[in-house]
Amino acid sequence: MKPQHFKFGLALLLTPILLWLTLLIALPHVDMAMISLRERVSAGTYAFSWSNYTAFFTEPLYWRTFMRTAVMSIMATALTLLIAFPISFYIAKVARGRLRPLLFLLCLVPFWVSELVRTYGWMILLRETGVLSSLLQWLGWVDGPVEMLYQDATIMVGLVYTSMLFMVVPLVSTLDSLDDSLIEAAYDLGASHWRVMRDVVIPHAAPGIVSGCIVVFMLTLGNYLTPTLLGGKDSLWFTEQIYTQFITRFNWEQGSAFGILLLILSSLIVWIGLRLSRQSFTKVMS
Amino acid sequence: MKKVFKRASLTLLIGALASSVANAEALRLLTWGGYAPDEVVAQFEKETGIDVEVTKSNNEDMISKLRATGGSGFDLAQPSQDRVTSAQADFNIYKPIDLSKIDADKFIPSMLEATRKNTQLDGKVYGVPHVWGTSGLIVNRKSAPAVADYTDLCAAGLNGDVSYRLKRPTLIGFAFAMGEDPFSAYNDKNKYQAILNKVEEKLISCKGAVKTYWSGGDDLLNLIRSGEVKAAMAWDSGGWKLNSEIPDVTFVAPKSGALGWIDTFALPRKTKAEDAAYKWINFVMRPEIAAKITESAGNFTASKGSDEYVNATLKKQFQESFSAQAVDNIKWYPPVPPGLEEMEGKVLDRVKAARL
Repeated sequence: MKPQHFKFGLALLLTPILLWLTLLIALPHVDMAMISLRERVSAGTYAFSWSNYTAFFTEPLYWRTFMRTAVMSIMATALTLLIAFPISFYIAKVARGRLRPLLFLLCLVPFWVSELVRTYGWMILLRETGVLSSLLQWLGWVDGPVEMLYQDATIMVGLVYTSMLFMVVPLVSTLDSLDDSLIEAAYDLGASHWRVMRDVVIPHAAPGIVSGCIVVFMLTLGNYLTPTLLGGKDSLWFTEQIYTQFITRFNWEQGSAFGILLLILSSLIVWIGLRLSRQSFTKVMS
Repeated sequence: MKKVFKRASLTLLIGALASSVANAEALRLLTWGGYAPDEVVAQFEKETGIDVEVTKSNNEDMISKLRATGGSGFDLAQPSQDRVTSAQADFNIYKPIDLSKIDADKFIPSMLEATRKNTQLDGKVYGVPHVWGTSGLIVNRKSAPAVADYTDLCAAGLNGDVSYRLKRPTLIGFAFAMGEDPFSAYNDKNKYQAILNKVEEKLISCKGAVKTYWSGGDDLLNLIRSGEVKAAMAWDSGGWKLNSEIPDVTFVAPKSGALGWIDTFALPRKTKAEDAAYKWINFVMRPEIAAKITESAGNFTASKGSDEYVNATLKKQFQESFSAQAVDNIKWYPPVPPGLEEMEGKVLDRVKAARL
């Protein structure tokens, strides 16, 4: 009787997540894959076709947009890591007592408002008649108003800012589990700061670094608001392309194909990343 | 991708919820901002006992929403007349209008007739006219006095000072200003593509003059208010609204002609409150009600005699922007044949992606 009970209990516990996964994730994706494999022949009639996928590879525009999105996402991930690592190290290893939760809270606070509000905040700061431009003029450092919005660098700032927390959290938790005595031992054995970092801290933190990078990369690649609002006239982001196909072009077929391609290509990039860093997915996510 | 999907499924979900909650005495209106002001809605509710649920939208969004549900979720929609037949042919989302249920004498006859002709598909009529207006230029006469036509938006001296939308009106406007007639090429895809290519080249070379491509009306108004944008391609109503705040800024009918649009009433195919929809149409076409909508939307309506009720400022602004000659020069959008928007889409994508 007992195993039966157990199975029933397990099934009951798993039901919500399974329902969620099949109804809201798997089924829509299957439907989308099916839509992406058809082509509108004339009004109301559709035929099977690969043309939506070939369009991605033959029209340089789409391919380049994807590459641009991927490269900028990788750069944003690297930048986030560079900025987040020292912060996480300080929180996990240097800060003591009440300072620790306080610092952690400081990283968390910006996420209490929605992404939209944060992005508009950046726009108020950076626009030509904005806070920063006025400040620079008041200080006399520049002669006229400076436009800081609508550039790739602005997109990057926005993306890094938006993803910071998702890098800090896994980093702090892995660094926390590193025994301080290992660091001390390394110093006792005469290692330099750099050596300790390279041979003790980073190898220990590797799973955290990789999982943080995966989360940040996926979030950035799938971000829609930040690149669209901060990027202005030159911001072509792949998600924007998908949105345009669905909503303004009524071309669900092409949009679905882009969606599926984004899923495949981003998974591929993550897989390559795992290979290069010699981490396994199960280890990183545990 | 997930975001888009979330959006789509959310729309579906909300549509489903709305349709299950709505009873017979509710009218779900899919319309533009300003077309159903609170005052008018309240008066209608008081007179008929029918609740009005207003959803604000735009042309593409209306078609997308109705397409996602096969024409349910709303009882009355307000697409522009040039976008009715192609959407109907492709997605079958509307229901023919029963013209006998419309009080034809409340409409300006020539407009009713024009819309009847333009929204006809297989002998059935899908739209009656409601609000009309134009797209043209909003110009700050002090900082950009030379802008008089669409192509002036990329004149030398304007560096990061102008804004327009990356949508079809921009392509059409630039084509006219470059001496082409895109409307007459609507049925000749090769010719139309040639015009589009010319416009594409022009728009790419103009990117330096652009501050940003606007997408929401309020965004643009803010850009002009702050002085960051000196000239833009936009709707007349926005220009007049700004003119009331900043006298230097106003709407200018471009030399090559303002682009005229008419927003219609169309019945979604699975409308659940058809009677209420006809009641609403006949209600808002009363001259005094139509005048209230003109005040809130900033555009005139197809209601006969409503001009008398409209306040003097708007009339004055209209006359200042449109001489009799400029009114005659308005280029009215003919219905868009299927297939063109796809061609235009690619051009717009390439302009967006281009770098100088």
